[in-house]
Amino acid sequence: MQSFSEIDTTSKRASKAAGFAWGVAEEVGKNMRNLEMFGLPGIKNLNLYLKKIKKIPSEKPKKIGKKNKPQSKEFCPIYCGIVFLDNCKNLESLKLIKFFNVSYPLLLLPFLSRASDIIGKKISVKYEKNNFLLNFDKTIFSNNINNNKTISKAKEISIEFLENNNLFSIKEWKELYKLSEETFVEETDTLRAKGAGAGLTDND
Amino acid sequence: MSKPNIQLREPSMVMKLSRLGSFHQSKLSFLRSFIREFKSWNYKRDLFDLNKDGYGTAVYSFEKKGRNYSLVCFAQHIKPEERSDRVIATKWDAAFVLYDGTPSKKDINRLRKNVPKQEVGRVTYKELTLSRANKSVRAFNHVVNSLSEGTQPDKELLKKVGYLYRTTAVYGSGKFGLADRFRIKDRKEIYGPFRLEMMLVYLVRQFTFDQVNHIAKCKNSKKATRLEESIARNLGIGNSTGLGMAPFIVNHPTLLHNWIYCREKALKQIRSIEKVNKDDFNIFKNCLNKSKMNIETWLTDSQYQTNKIDSLKLDLTKFFKYLENLNYEENDYLWNLIYLWTEKNLKEECVEYIVSMMMEPYDSIIDPLINNMSSEEEKYFNIPADRKVYDLKKIIEKNYKSIIEIDFKDKKSTSNFWFISKNKEEPRVANRHEERGAELEQPLAIARDVKKLYEKLIKNNQKETVANFLLNNDDLRHVVRRAFIVEKFPYSEIQDNTIGASLVPIDMLRLKLSFFGAVKFDPRSDKWLRINMYQGAPLPHEMKSSNDSWVYNSLN
Repeated sequence: MQSFSEIDTTSKRASKAAGFAWGVAEEVGKNMRNLEMFGLPGIKNLNLYLKKIKKIPSEKPKKIGKKNKPQSKEFCPIYCGIVFLDNCKNLESLKLIKFFNVSYPLLLLPFLSRASDIIGKKISVKYEKNNFLLNFDKTIFSNNINNNKTISKAKEISIEFLENNNLFSIKEWKELYKLSEETFVEETDTLRAKGAGAGLTDND
Repeated sequence: MSKPNIQLREPSMVMKLSRLGSFHQSKLSFLRSFIREFKSWNYKRDLFDLNKDGYGTAVYSFEKKGRNYSLVCFAQHIKPEERSDRVIATKWDAAFVLYDGTPSKKDINRLRKNVPKQEVGRVTYKELTLSRANKSVRAFNHVVNSLSEGTQPDKELLKKVGYLYRTTAVYGSGKFGLADRFRIKDRKEIYGPFRLEMMLVYLVRQFTFDQVNHIAKCKNSKKATRLEESIARNLGIGNSTGLGMAPFIVNHPTLLHNWIYCREKALKQIRSIEKVNKDDFNIFKNCLNKSKMNIETWLTDSQYQTNKIDSLKLDLTKFFKYLENLNYEENDYLWNLIYLWTEKNLKEECVEYIVSMMMEPYDSIIDPLINNMSSEEEKYFNIPADRKVYDLKKIIEKNYKSIIEIDFKDKKSTSNFWFISKNKEEPRVANRHEERGAELEQPLAIARDVKKLYEKLIKNNQKETVANFLLNNDDLRHVVRRAFIVEKFPYSEIQDNTIGASLVPIDMLRLKLSFFGAVKFDPRSDKWLRINMYQGAPLPHEMKSSNDSWVYNSLN
């Protein structure tokens, strides 16, 4: 088994060899480490993608808007990811962003995952019947964990910034809170007078 | 006396290569902090299965509260012509791996097939560090022959060599399948940097003693005697170190910062002591006197190092005279006074030597710093690209002041380039204007690239975000990242040109090795050197009762 450190170093060097600048290659190294750590086939996808761009270079977006279409055939997932990551604080206000025709879309995920951590919001990603939930770069939930099929191009990727909402109802919360109250001590007059730290008057 | 205004020394002064290349071991060094941490652990030799010639397998371990670290050693016969300290070697007298736990027979068999092969073998996440070593044939054979004849070896010869084996590489952190650091980083006993590498080397040292005793006994069971402990204690483990270490300190900026910052913080706290206790002052003087003897036995063929040692000796003589006339009782802020005098009157080699010595009396200052010497590097990886070009320009002007003054149009400023060799995947440095391969240069020309970045930034719209700037400047992304790191970690960057004609790569190696706690730097060229580790260190059965000044015990 390869260590994550080997995965990082080799991915970085391979990306540099494929034509990316060192600083971009560093991002790829870190991302492959993350993808493999999250149990997603980063190396497999990167290997295929780097082979592909030797023959047909893919496109870097000049800026990101609500809908992003490549001028040529396909967007590069690495450049899309970098531009997204660098601009994520501004992009958050767009709420829903779409990319069309992106090569090896899995390679875009770790950038979005890191963006989720930076802005402090979960991000939902959908393409080609695959759904991913990116949780602050701590985990990536996927609906196709056992699917080994590599997707070489996503016709449409939908990226949604999710508001920080509770996943439970107020009723459920109240019930749990009520139970937690059973760890509290009922206050007597004496406890009320002596147990707290404030003085007799709070206006001094 | 009024309180002096004592600040941390400026990175622009400390982070010059000539200064970093003058660092010496200190109480902060990793060898010493390893022994302090592991002295309460239980040491055991679990297996010692060597044939009469000393070839076979041995296992040593440290255990505490159910946690176990085991060194697995494989010693083999190699032909004299196969023995090489260079990284191109493919066979070694012995190979070692530190196993996380107690290895089963199955594990040992698996490791036996892989560990002696080193870089071309594979290990797993159950293994923590990997190494190999060659005998100092002269010292090793002499010791075996003497012991087998029932006599102790010639101390003068051993003094010259200083060890029985030299390691030629010690690998950790995920190399060749080893455990990634994140798997073990929360273990308190290994909070200090390189602690498991230090453990491996320490246990290897004991293996070398056991091996010579064993061979001598097999050779002449009636007459043979054991190596006296006082002699063994004065032997360390040699290490041949090449350029591999140099990129490390460039590639781990926050780690480098933490090492230097802890040293600078210690110095500042010590200089700020108003009343210096007599006992503490005596500890300083005592260590200084003892260490002077170590300098006397510091032998090297390198003219570069000989000049440094001579300068150190000369300056120490000056310093001793100064000390004679210094009444510690009459002076408040004595350490500050001493430090300011050394900076004014002595060269960097000796100044940094005195700085190391000044730490000796102060466990209370040093110990809390040890655990701050590691780094969570991942945390600082992301570029805050929403910040403005103006901010980035200001960071560079503040933190790379001397770098942006370098003229990179001058050929001498770009003489060298760093690359990774194809056959061994090891870093190398070559002349850009004479050799081929510069197009595959590693991103280690930080000064040149920072200057390039700066020149672009000053022409750019200052209000633009860094994200926008990066859209058209991918080639500078790596130094943009570094600039934002240096803003938070001012000691993270070497303040010199690492590709200039005057580069002395061993300055970079010495910086790292001084933090390891190595002594007797012996450059064999400007690109590799030999050192000694653990000379004077307590033997494993003595660890529990040892004190931290063992480094000054050797050769007394």
